[in-house]
Amino acid sequence: MTAIPRRPGVSPRTSRTLRRAGINTLAVVIALLTLFPILWMISTAFKPATEIFSLTPHPLPAHPTMTNFHQVLNGSVIGYSFWRFFANSLFVTLTAVVASSLLALLAAVAVARFRFRFRTSYLIMLLAVQMLPQQALVIALFIDFRAVNLLDSLTGLMLAYTAFALPISIWMLRNFVATVPKELEEAAAIDGAGPARIFWRILFPLVAPGLVATSVFSFIFAWNEFTFALTFLGTDQVKYTLPIYVTYFFNRGGADWGAVMAASTMYTIPPIVFFLLIQRRMAKGLVAGAVKG
Amino acid sequence: MGTRTNARADPAGAVTAGLGRSRRSAGRLPAQAAIGAFVRRHRLAPYLLLVPSLAAVGLLILWPTIQIAVFSLQNYELPQVSGAQPAQWTGLSNFTAILKDPEFWVSLRNSCLFAAVVVPLTLIAGTGVGLLLNRLRRAMAALVSTTALLAWATPTISATVIFFWLFSPDGGVVDWTLARLPHWLVGSTDWAGFNWTNAPLPVYTMLTLLLVWQGFPFVAVSVLAGLKTVPTELYEAARVDGATPWRVFRRITYPLLKPIFLVLLLLSIIWDFGVFPQAYLLTGELANRDEYNLGIYAYQKAFTMPPSYSLGAALALILTAILLLVTVGYVRASVRQGALQ
Repeated sequence: MTAIPRRPGVSPRTSRTLRRAGINTLAVVIALLTLFPILWMISTAFKPATEIFSLTPHPLPAHPTMTNFHQVLNGSVIGYSFWRFFANSLFVTLTAVVASSLLALLAAVAVARFRFRFRTSYLIMLLAVQMLPQQALVIALFIDFRAVNLLDSLTGLMLAYTAFALPISIWMLRNFVATVPKELEEAAAIDGAGPARIFWRILFPLVAPGLVATSVFSFIFAWNEFTFALTFLGTDQVKYTLPIYVTYFFNRGGADWGAVMAASTMYTIPPIVFFLLIQRRMAKGLVAGAVKG
Repeated sequence: MGTRTNARADPAGAVTAGLGRSRRSAGRLPAQAAIGAFVRRHRLAPYLLLVPSLAAVGLLILWPTIQIAVFSLQNYELPQVSGAQPAQWTGLSNFTAILKDPEFWVSLRNSCLFAAVVVPLTLIAGTGVGLLLNRLRRAMAALVSTTALLAWATPTISATVIFFWLFSPDGGVVDWTLARLPHWLVGSTDWAGFNWTNAPLPVYTMLTLLLVWQGFPFVAVSVLAGLKTVPTELYEAARVDGATPWRVFRRITYPLLKPIFLVLLLLSIIWDFGVFPQAYLLTGELANRDEYNLGIYAYQKAFTMPPSYSLGAALALILTAILLLVTVGYVRASVRQGALQ
């Protein structure tokens, strides 16, 4: 501690306090800058039109109003309520998350527990496939989905999301499967447990935290996905998912920023709640999956 | 142990054990037992487990990739999609048409310049926040990491719409603020009512800020995770020697976290080079041709009337090829870090 280089005339304690204060100020500035766009969205959502277009914008609404939210919820712009599109997004996202987690778990067990031919090729394929740009593949998928009547269909969207969430899910989950001690499964097998029983009673509960971490990624991906939804849900407005709804709203209502911000605030709430709930676990999942991979 | 070696199952593995032995429970059908024996004898367990995911990835990702390559060598347009006319092979004519198209060069330039600016900015901002998080006390670290997490959790479309509103010429807070700052700081442009969307430079400035805001949390969290693995003795030794923070970063942090930086660099290039949703919306949904990047340009060729899926596919293939070059780097970096073990 005594070796800290110090400026003449400033005691080490003062210098340390100053440095700590500087770092903390920097932290607060960064936190405010980061938070600003989100705060501005929420505050605009509660502002009446007169305040939104006021010549001097204020950070908080002077006369908070629910008008914008009512407008979004009673469907005065597109003809359907926000909840219609919320339900669409929720359906597509949850089915895709469950399906991709299940398929990924099977594959992760194969990759983490077995050594077989093509194992390395399979892993490299997964890694490479993650990089294929969606905006490139959407052209071929559009033609394929058109051929099998999956355009304007939430099922089609769900299938695409399941497949595109798989590579990263498998890649992350295999690390979690690898950390489950094999001895547990061995012991169960010796006691006469079948593969299904071993899977559900031993492997599944132990890999559950990993499944939570990977589900976050699939959830965020499916909830956010724009390109496929934009292309596949062309004409049928009832089928729109939330990102398409928000941009549609934004185009029609061009100047109606209050309603657009109300819609996007409600669209943003689920992932934010989800993130905050599992903040700790997610950081761990990231370390195991993204950084190592 | 059998003589087949194509699938050397781990003898202690979970499903190996299950699929192989211990089928003693009463009431099992003979057929089921026979299947179990067959699977065990041929060591099929790993392959069976891979079938569902391989089918999904194969059908919905790999097959479309092959199709893109095929379409790019054909004349695939509306009559071919509806089946009215068969597609014909046209050699490399789509590619020669693209190379002659000035719009292609504009969009390629936009993509390259954009990636060249956004990628370093995201990495620098994220690394800075990661280093800061590592030095902050508990409460302050929680504050910064929670706000970063909120930015990260905000859906792409919400973030894009918010930035559109922040930069709006009527009522946007950015123009309002810039108009009130002294001229020597912000240039003499008349910032009140400045339109950010009708020229490439302002649009890409907006896009840059948006993508840095969205992208820095991932970098920060990854760098922080890496920093936690650096032995503290190294930093203590450097402090005793009186090293400056920059020197500590150059000589200790950077070399140790180099693999993480490499992966983050490659991922950022892949994400930002042909960025689609944000660019599509901010550049006015295909309206401004001089603001296209490669992703938007391919999309526009394929999906605006009259649709030319072939030209779109050829452009998509060019985009994919560029990203694939980067991906090779990514895969090699991952393999070198032992990610395949």
